[in-house]
Amino acid sequence: MSEARKVLLTPILTNNPIASQILGVCSALAVTTSLNVTLVMCIALTSVTAFSNLFISMIRNYIPSNIRIIVQMTIIASLVIVVDQVLKAFAYDISKQLSVFVGLIITNCIVMGRAEAYAMSNPPVPSFLDGIGNGLGYSVVLIFVATIRELLGAGKLFGFEVLPLVTDGGWYVANGLLLLPPSAFFLIAVFIWLLRTYDKGQEEKADYKLASNSKKEAL
Amino acid sequence: MAKNKDSISYIFTVAFLVCLVCAVIVSTAAVSLRPLQQKNKEVDLKSNILAAAGLLEDGKSVEESFSQIETRLVDIDTGMFSDAFDVDTFDPVKAVGDASITETLDKSVDIAGLKRREKYTEVYLVRDAAGEIETLILPIRGYGLWSTLWGFVALESDFNTVVGLGFYSHAETPGLGGEVDNPSWKAQWSGKKITGDDGELLIEVTKGGKADPDSDYQVDGLSGATLTTNGVSNLVRFWLGENGFEPLINNLKAGGA
Repeated sequence: MSEARKVLLTPILTNNPIASQILGVCSALAVTTSLNVTLVMCIALTSVTAFSNLFISMIRNYIPSNIRIIVQMTIIASLVIVVDQVLKAFAYDISKQLSVFVGLIITNCIVMGRAEAYAMSNPPVPSFLDGIGNGLGYSVVLIFVATIRELLGAGKLFGFEVLPLVTDGGWYVANGLLLLPPSAFFLIAVFIWLLRTYDKGQEEKADYKLASNSKKEAL
Repeated sequence: MAKNKDSISYIFTVAFLVCLVCAVIVSTAAVSLRPLQQKNKEVDLKSNILAAAGLLEDGKSVEESFSQIETRLVDIDTGMFSDAFDVDTFDPVKAVGDASITETLDKSVDIAGLKRREKYTEVYLVRDAAGEIETLILPIRGYGLWSTLWGFVALESDFNTVVGLGFYSHAETPGLGGEVDNPSWKAQWSGKKITGDDGELLIEVTKGGKADPDSDYQVDGLSGATLTTNGVSNLVRFWLGENGFEPLINNLKAGGA
């Protein structure tokens, strides 16, 4: 695999930011109740990660190390505001549903984490690809979670009815739990479980082992 | 750059330049996209008004459908149409947060949890061919469980029968209180009466499953969302009651405002 492909593709399954680094979970809980909203959120996050990596990498040699986090935050925050403004102008309905979560991309650990861990020490083009790769890794998990939540929670996919609901005269009783944030926790855990079953190398070694009992205790 | 990267002047220069570039980008985006955003907001509000009155048609643009609607400013206390502000520039949502045109509500009457109520707001009229008011659309809002629900209620030409009700902004629990958006729940409102024969305010939302199906005044609440439906009941009763639009409704019934 060429270097560029590796940078782009490893974050999708092998080193997924949500599933193996457990970063950026909070927005995964909030924006995954419907696929339309999720897709827009994924595009927003991917573009912010990619461009913040690109710009930070471009000026990485000029950033004084003691204010580097502030400089990164300034660039990320500006990009997020621009994305928010663009959404309000061109996808108003969805931006209303995403509400505060677009703004919260600023605090998404994936963006900050990639800027600090990758863009600060790599040239612009690989940094840009790394941003896209991690954005896609985030998207894979979100789309997995949103598909299950929307299908079983509301009987729909992309807002189109798939399972006719009892309330509308169909047969499917919607599972309300799936529309509430806790269900995303279960589904992300299931995703991690599936991923680690498929790729055993991702399982962490146990931090410690319980020693077998060596003393006979008095009863 | 030969300069020492840790010197204070260098740090300030970099910080200043980064801020300058970012500020220029952000303000350019904000200014250039503002007209589009405002248009979106207007269309959104208009489509909500149309939806409450059941006038939102497929294949017809919101602007086109809205052209039949007349916007009037109302003095809520006197119930008279007013020209205190220009309806084209008056923003009823902004007015809610403007201390100069809102009044504190007494706790005993503030059943919708508003704290302050504006003196002026916009209502929307649909007139028939003869120029008589066919539908009256009133803005309503109030506290549910987690959030303030913002919506519209539309009344028929007798100013007593509900055409429809809808909320365009709220943050109630999806699947429970959020079901106030469910079309089949909203459909219950259509045809309900606000007041009884002697003018008494009777409309209410009951607990889930407790509404009398033959009643002209009771709407069945949402099971599992008692607090949200209590909130909806209170806010409807507030805005259609004496501290809300009752003076306007009485004036209109009497023949004009």
